Amino acid sequence: MSNKYIGQSVKRVEDKRFITGKGRYTDDIKLLGMTHASFVRSPYAHARVTSIDISAAESMPGVVAIFTGDDIKETGIVGVPTGWQVNFKNGDTMKEPPHPLLIATGSTAKHIGDPVAVVIAETYAQAVDAAEAVEVDWEDLEAVTDPFKATQEGATLVHDDSPGNLAFDWELGNPLDEVNAAIDASAHVTTLEFVNQRMVPNAIEPRSYIGHYDEVSDKYTLYTSTQNPHLIRLLMCAFVLGLPEHKVRVLGPDVGGGFGSKIFHYTEEALVTWASQQTKRPIKWTETRSEAFMLDAHGRDHVTKAEMGFDGEGNVKALRIKTYANLGAYLSTFGPAVPTYLHGTLLQGLYTTPKIHIDLCGVFTHTVAVDAYRGAGRPEATYLLERLMDLAALEMGKDPVELRKQNFIPAFDGVEQPGYQTQVALQYDSGNYHGVVDKAMKMLDYKKFREMQQEAAQNGKLLGVGFSTYIEACGIAPSAVVGSLGARAGLYESAQVRVQPTGKVSVYSGSHSHGQGHETTFAQIVADKFGIPMEDVDIVHGDSDAVAFGMGTYGSRSLAVGGSAIMKSIDKVLEKGAKIAAHKLECAADDLEFAEGKWTVKGTDKHIGFGDVALTAYVPHVYPEGLEPGLDFASFYDPANFTYPFGCHIAVVEVDKETGKVKLQRFIAVDDVGNVINPMIVDGQIHGGLAQGIGQALLEGAIYDDYGQLVNGSYMDYAMPRADDLPMFELDRQETPCPHNPLGVKGAGEAGTIGSTPAVVNAVIDALWSGGHKVKDIAMPLTGERVWRAMQSS
Amino acid sequence: MISYPFDYVRPESVEEALEHLGGDTKILAGGHSLLPTLKLRLSAPDKLVDIARIASLKKIKKDGDEIVIGGAVTHREIMDSEIIQKHLPVLSEGAAVIGDPMIRYKGTMGGSLAHADPSADWSAMVLAAGGEIVIQSKKGKRTVPATEFFTGFYSTALKDGDILIEIRFPVPEEGTKMTYQKFTQPASRFALVGCAAARLPDGSARVAFTGVADAPFRDKGVEEAVGDWSEATLEAAAQKAAEGQNINADHYASEEYRLHLAKVYCKRALLQLVN
Amino acid sequence: MSKITLKVNQKSHSHDVEPRTLLAHYLREQLSLTGTHIGCDTSSCGSCTVHMDGMAVKSCTILAVQADGSEITTIEGLAPNGQLHAVQQGFKECHGLQCGFCTTGMIMAAADLLERNPDPSEEDIRHGLEGNFCRCTGYHNIVRSVQWAAKSMSELVN
Ligand SMILES: Cc1cc2nc3c(=O)[nH]c(=O)nc-3n(C[C@H](O)[C@H](O)[C@H](O)COP(=O)(O)OP(=O)(O)OC[C@H]3O[C@@H](n4cnc5c(N)ncnc54)[C@H](O)[C@@H]3O)c2cc1C
Ligand code: FES
Ligand code: FES
Repeated sequence: MSNKYIGQSVKRVEDKRFITGKGRYTDDIKLLGMTHASFVRSPYAHARVTSIDISAAESMPGVVAIFTGDDIKETGIVGVPTGWQVNFKNGDTMKEPPHPLLIATGSTAKHIGDPVAVVIAETYAQAVDAAEAVEVDWEDLEAVTDPFKATQEGATLVHDDSPGNLAFDWELGNPLDEVNAAIDASAHVTTLEFVNQRMVPNAIEPRSYIGHYDEVSDKYTLYTSTQNPHLIRLLMCAFVLGLPEHKVRVLGPDVGGGFGSKIFHYTEEALVTWASQQTKRPIKWTETRSEAFMLDAHGRDHVTKAEMGFDGEGNVKALRIKTYANLGAYLSTFGPAVPTYLHGTLLQGLYTTPKIHIDLCGVFTHTVAVDAYRGAGRPEATYLLERLMDLAALEMGKDPVELRKQNFIPAFDGVEQPGYQTQVALQYDSGNYHGVVDKAMKMLDYKKFREMQQEAAQNGKLLGVGFSTYIEACGIAPSAVVGSLGARAGLYESAQVRVQPTGKVSVYSGSHSHGQGHETTFAQIVADKFGIPMEDVDIVHGDSDAVAFGMGTYGSRSLAVGGSAIMKSIDKVLEKGAKIAAHKLECAADDLEFAEGKWTVKGTDKHIGFGDVALTAYVPHVYPEGLEPGLDFASFYDPANFTYPFGCHIAVVEVDKETGKVKLQRFIAVDDVGNVINPMIVDGQIHGGLAQGIGQALLEGAIYDDYGQLVNGSYMDYAMPRADDLPMFELDRQETPCPHNPLGVKGAGEAGTIGSTPAVVNAVIDALWSGGHKVKDIAMPLTGERVWRAMQSS
Repeated sequence: MISYPFDYVRPESVEEALEHLGGDTKILAGGHSLLPTLKLRLSAPDKLVDIARIASLKKIKKDGDEIVIGGAVTHREIMDSEIIQKHLPVLSEGAAVIGDPMIRYKGTMGGSLAHADPSADWSAMVLAAGGEIVIQSKKGKRTVPATEFFTGFYSTALKDGDILIEIRFPVPEEGTKMTYQKFTQPASRFALVGCAAARLPDGSARVAFTGVADAPFRDKGVEEAVGDWSEATLEAAAQKAAEGQNINADHYASEEYRLHLAKVYCKRALLQLVN
Repeated sequence: MSKITLKVNQKSHSHDVEPRTLLAHYLREQLSLTGTHIGCDTSSCGSCTVHMDGMAVKSCTILAVQADGSEITTIEGLAPNGQLHAVQQGFKECHGLQCGFCTTGMIMAAADLLERNPDPSEEDIRHGLEGNFCRCTGYHNIVRSVQWAAKSMSELVN
């Protein structure tokens, strides 16, 4: 079948509304009689609520209701749950302390911003005014924010029943004694102790929710800026509020970016829903940016020691890792999964390392929850591996690219050659790692760069190049597998393809775009498969009433899993369509072929169009006996495996010798994300990912002080890449199809973030070495001061 | 993200504005320092007196051997002004590194000086250009040299009931050169360290810093050390930067690094004036 | 309450507002022009950018009362009904947007940039958009979108 749309950079269908200001984000929605919420929050990281006095606030103008933690406690609502269970090494289940919607008197707030009360008022300003009039007495307590320190003897406890502040300890890989032996037997061991710093996701749209309880129908509607409406409904109904799921509709209107932070079920979602039932009024809450900094689940935050052992020829022989992963004060929806099954399982990287062991502590601290942030675990794994590789090359006097290539897993397509079984549970689907490196190196012109670098060094300038190769796991994944790893939900996707009587098609997808352009990509697929114009396809998503079920959009899964679900329904439509066509054309279905929007009797020009068949399905006057009318199919797709995109990233930087300031000059990315449906959109995903990965390397990082205050909780203090911090990106790709899903796609949403961070750091280190500064490591973000200090001390 | 309630007035003239001042009143110019603090509820004035449209405060003119910038002239107007480009190009170029285009359309030089953020850009430039601040109160007008205007952390010679109405600069003599060099704080883009320097035809220098200490300052130590303006002398002079100052520290620059930056940017500024 | 009268997208409006009402809130709440977004509380992100008397400004850092007597253009009024401004077109052509949240402010800022500098270099564009955050696109395609618009506008002129 010839494709008109698939593989083309089709312009996005959704753009029209966004560029004209007609996008509809949650905060844009106004409901009749809508009230506004404002929260009273803890100014301390750890403090006991000794009393709450709402009397003054209650009599303020416009106040509709005030609820405190004590009110919530009375209802028996315990709090929001986590969606993933990780067990201790000894088999005990992890510690899962409650995450209350509001802190009650006598209980403790566990991070700054933890809420104690909510004020509902007629206007936003009145809610804010009254919230300030709520008087809370606090007993300020000692706080701990660093995950390593939190595990040490004598550290203050976040939860009384979690000794050592451990949520769990966990290990993966080969038996530790084997790995120890392999390290001991190594000719060279490269060791790195580092922090993968805490990132603030910073979607530009702040989180926003509207809870609306309708008395007449006894139905609840929650409008939410979420990445997965159905999961929110499930969690909220079944685990938080105990509401009947069929009486709850969750709507995800346009969502202004998420990057992970809008996957999770937040307390405020449940709270506005519950409170709306109490007040019988719709309630809107939109967080301020200051709240977003304090409350949206952060990412990364690992304290790690990693050792990589090599034999005399530079072959990797062993990898041993000890990591303290900060989980924050409460376990967020996927919090426990990120440092474990999304991080530990990626430590094979692209290398044939025969012995790997990771030992990890999941740690509670007095900070906001840490959960998936773009890349989720894989950037941490990639950073670790690629920094080690570069450092090892420097230490052993080898070329960093050659050292990597020497240790690569050889190419395999997953069809003729089997998938690659790693030491850390996963089986890679297909890969050609040399291919992406060779392409990227050509774009760089390595030889010429090294000459330029030497020349620059002679003129007192510090130029550096940094490499990174990565593999990641997306399209998470077979439900049975993730279930066995602790997921409390299946991770399939659903899709319904409804062919309307006139041959127009409505697709109901459980994936939920927050910028990825599903309305375009999915329509491209459907239009091509049915041979109809894209304008005839409409994609519906983000509505739990319209869409059967869905697991949402994260982990670069929408196309690989959501797209595959659509393919299954398409196949069902075509199969039934063929029966109808055969009946009309008076032949056997097997004698037909479907192309260009019509069924043709093979070897003849007798045919019937897609639209005619659709109409016949709904007006079944001349119709196969026994066949149901209608042309409407739903499917669930549960993937056979993760998909494994990979790639090679190269950064070129200049370091200001006097100030340490880093200027990113070039960034090359060659990614293999499997087959590509819309190259324009895929490139866009890579660009955005790169900016976030580069941001981590050079600019970003949340800083908590010892009291648990967020030192840089605003855009005036937390640096994020702006237009003039970045160069034009140089992109190319390789396409190694995924062997186990119908579209052969792998996923592109996170690749850019995963590969780019170590490339930039490696480039800075390379630049410093070119000037004779034999620096091993610099902590991220690489601010002027840190780079300058590194030069001073070497 | 909403302020405490307040009243708002928009007087037509400075005299009328003066009538409104007093108590918990605040002058509102471009609002690009004031409104962010109000939105975060860091202060709670009763009344805002909007001076942004008072015609007499909106002028840029040459007055004899002085250039006069009105108290409510915006960064952008300074950037685009032919008079400024001709006589004090450093201000025009300097305006271009303040904030972003939207901020430059609204923020004013007067507001910036009055606010006295220790990292603001104008302060260093005004000091190095030898500016004077003209202040009006009900009692009358007074002129304060920039060197006496900044009195500490967010504090100036302005008192309650004062309006900054003009900033006056001597028209630079033929052959005068000035520059402003800035190391930006990566998040806010204010000056982590900013150095403005002037080289006068008689060989003397004016060197001023922002971002380094609680208040911007002229650096006599450096000024006296520029000697013959040879490269070696300038490098040595730059080593004296910020001597005796109480250097600020934050998560972007420790005291030590900030001082180092002051020296580097001082050197860069001075070298800029000889090339 | 203060009374304000202003023109928004060519239409006159008169309202009583609390002096503390931000222009952004006024546009969104009172006039239902929700294309102007609010992304921060420190005047940093530029999501709220509109044109006021022909200049791009951050409507979260202007009181509605300050806009009394002004002419405001929001994204909804950037081009006459049903048409697209070259910058809007450029964003669509070059995939200059993903989630769309920063986009309206970004377009307003870019339109102002081109108004003053019809033939900007890549550096001019990057510098000119430094008051606008985008977390989705890495700015690459935003720069291309503005370049596209500049070219298309100059072709119109010539
Ligand atoms: C995101 C952002 C980035 C910025 N980046 C920079 C930067 O890089 N560099 C920089 O220097 N600045 C920066 N600024 C600040 C900006 O330049 C402000 O506009 C300026 O500092 C204040 O001018 P204004 O006219 O807006 O003053 P307003 O905010 O109106 O007033 C500031 C203070 O001065 C008082 N005041 C104002 N005018 C007078 C007067 N005539 N007489 C007496 N008192 C008066 C007010 O009462 C108030 O207390 C930034 C601001 C923002 C929001
Ligand atoms: S909302 Fe106006 S700058 Fe962020
Ligand atoms: S497109 Fe999402 S923030 Fe710019």
